[in-house]
Amino acid sequence: MTALLRITPQLLTLAALMAMVTLFFPGFLKIEFVDGRLVGPVMDILKRGAPVGLLAVGMTLVIATRGIDLSVGTVVAITGAVTAWAITNGYGLGGALVLALAAGAVAGIWNGCLVAIAGIQPIVATLILMTSGRGIAQLVTEGRILTFSHDGLAFFGSGDLLGIPVPALIWLATAIGVTLLMRRTALGLLVEAVGVNRAASALAGVNATVLLIAVYVASGLCAALAGIIATADIRGADANNAGLWLELDAILAVVIGGNSLLGGRFSIAAALLGALIIQTIDTGILLAGFPSEYNLVIKAALVLVILVLQSPNLAGHWYALRRTFGRQPAATTATAKGAKQ
Amino acid sequence: MNPRLYPLAATIAIFLVAWVICVLQFPYMLSTRVVGNLLTDNAYLGIVAVGMTIVILSGGIDLSVGSVIAFAGVFISVMLRDSGLHPLVVFALLLVLTTAFGAAMGWLIHTLAMPPFIVTLAGMFLARGLAYMLTIDSVPINHGFYKFLNDAYWLMPGKGRLTLIGVVMLLTVAVGMVVAHRTKFGASVLALGGGEATARLMGVRVGATTVAIYAFSGFMAGLAGIVFSIYTSSGYPLATVGTELTAIAAVVIGGTLLTGGAGFVFGTLIGVLTMGLIQTFIVFDGTLSSWWTKIIIGILLLSFILLQKGLMRLSTVGQRA
Repeated sequence: MTALLRITPQLLTLAALMAMVTLFFPGFLKIEFVDGRLVGPVMDILKRGAPVGLLAVGMTLVIATRGIDLSVGTVVAITGAVTAWAITNGYGLGGALVLALAAGAVAGIWNGCLVAIAGIQPIVATLILMTSGRGIAQLVTEGRILTFSHDGLAFFGSGDLLGIPVPALIWLATAIGVTLLMRRTALGLLVEAVGVNRAASALAGVNATVLLIAVYVASGLCAALAGIIATADIRGADANNAGLWLELDAILAVVIGGNSLLGGRFSIAAALLGALIIQTIDTGILLAGFPSEYNLVIKAALVLVILVLQSPNLAGHWYALRRTFGRQPAATTATAKGAKQ
Repeated sequence: MNPRLYPLAATIAIFLVAWVICVLQFPYMLSTRVVGNLLTDNAYLGIVAVGMTIVILSGGIDLSVGSVIAFAGVFISVMLRDSGLHPLVVFALLLVLTTAFGAAMGWLIHTLAMPPFIVTLAGMFLARGLAYMLTIDSVPINHGFYKFLNDAYWLMPGKGRLTLIGVVMLLTVAVGMVVAHRTKFGASVLALGGGEATARLMGVRVGATTVAIYAFSGFMAGLAGIVFSIYTSSGYPLATVGTELTAIAAVVIGGTLLTGGAGFVFGTLIGVLTMGLIQTFIVFDGTLSSWWTKIIIGILLLSFILLQKGLMRLSTVGQRA
């Protein structure tokens, strides 16, 4: 119940957006079964939202530790380049996937060590890989767009299983897996503890250093999955454009999900809804026939609204408003307390 | 020597060593032509990095500047195409706009008490979106005044051209140095970077200073946009994507602490020139691929951050002893 209450604002935003798009494009919610697969704008959003959704899962964990991972977009490019390189050099599908995930993990270990051991601010530590990462990806592809024809790998980008696109399945599975890992064990609580106060949690016996590195590795692995999908989707690795500015969309998704950039409590489900909201805006603007130039302005307006809603300075005002208009002051305070726990 | 000067000294030393290595391999690197081009090609980056230095000194960050430069170029080119206004009037209008834009972001950061990262991210989307809404094409600028600006240069001995925009960049750095290190505003900025609570106790007007910091960065981004439009003689909404990160990298290489509170505007100029030098070297060499620029800049960034960390640790150990 509390979990559902937590994601209510995001669900309402998504529902309102979908209603708005349906108003302009009546066929938006239609899903057809064609050639053994489900087809429709909603399925398209689930599929196209896969990279941002995957990145948002890792980013949620990183942000929960009061960190930020700016490098995920370039890690998408690196792992995509590694995937394409491995497949064109005859390492086979298994080898390509393992190498890509290993590259993502190495990127995560690098970021994690800089943050946890060298003690560099996360934003600066990950900026290093962000500026140089595309160079590394170009080094792998030797500056070309590496194309390949391998049906097994292409399956990860454009295939479907039981009628559902594979990218959508991958990000759903990742999200559910990570959520279970975090919430069915104490891991989620420990991550939150490190985010609230690293020194205090270390004194309480949490191995903050290892946990911090692990969180960045998780982010790197999620980026690797996104890289594999992005590469498989276009059947080629574009070191310059793969995952370009995806880190900003991923951070935005996490923030729309109501997760504080100051660390602490986190919700992966809400971040994923944030990713879906972003993708719905992107797809919806195209479907509704608005020029895509408006996309960024609408995004900016949305961020502003969310900033106002989340502002700690205004929190007192919202609370007062709710008490005035809530009619049942006791009930609202009770739910507010419940949501906090 | 004052330990606070170590990062700046390291920056200057690395720049000089890099130049000596370049000159040993390509003697022509010493010519005034190369120097002139280095200043001209990096003029817009140097100007925007001065604004970024002030923001970072205060412990903040401004992600919107790249988009603001693109908006500036598009705004100028569209205004010159569609209205009969003189470029100087358009420049003035633009600077008012971008300064107000920066001030609005600073105001939001202060009133909402939200991280600058996410507020300026919204600003980045908004400025880029506004540029798209004005036009999605590359708009050429064919005004006579632009031709005059482009041809304005001083011929240095050795036929190097010290262009107007290069001079504007050097002047901006000088102004930035005075503002950061010789004014009350600069002292407030550094105090804010040291910690908001302590700054407030010192009597710094936190709100007004925050607004002024981002307004200054907005003004510099606008000025960089003007210089970039002179440099390219056009406006294009997709231009200067990612410039904010290059500017941040230049500031860090220049020895400014990203946590705020310590650094020098002059170091930023050296940071910009170091990055320009790497690019020039790769062009001179001809066999190195362009992606090495990015990798070398990443390595430089890492070494500077680690150097700063080491110096900080040394100085705290020294205080304890």
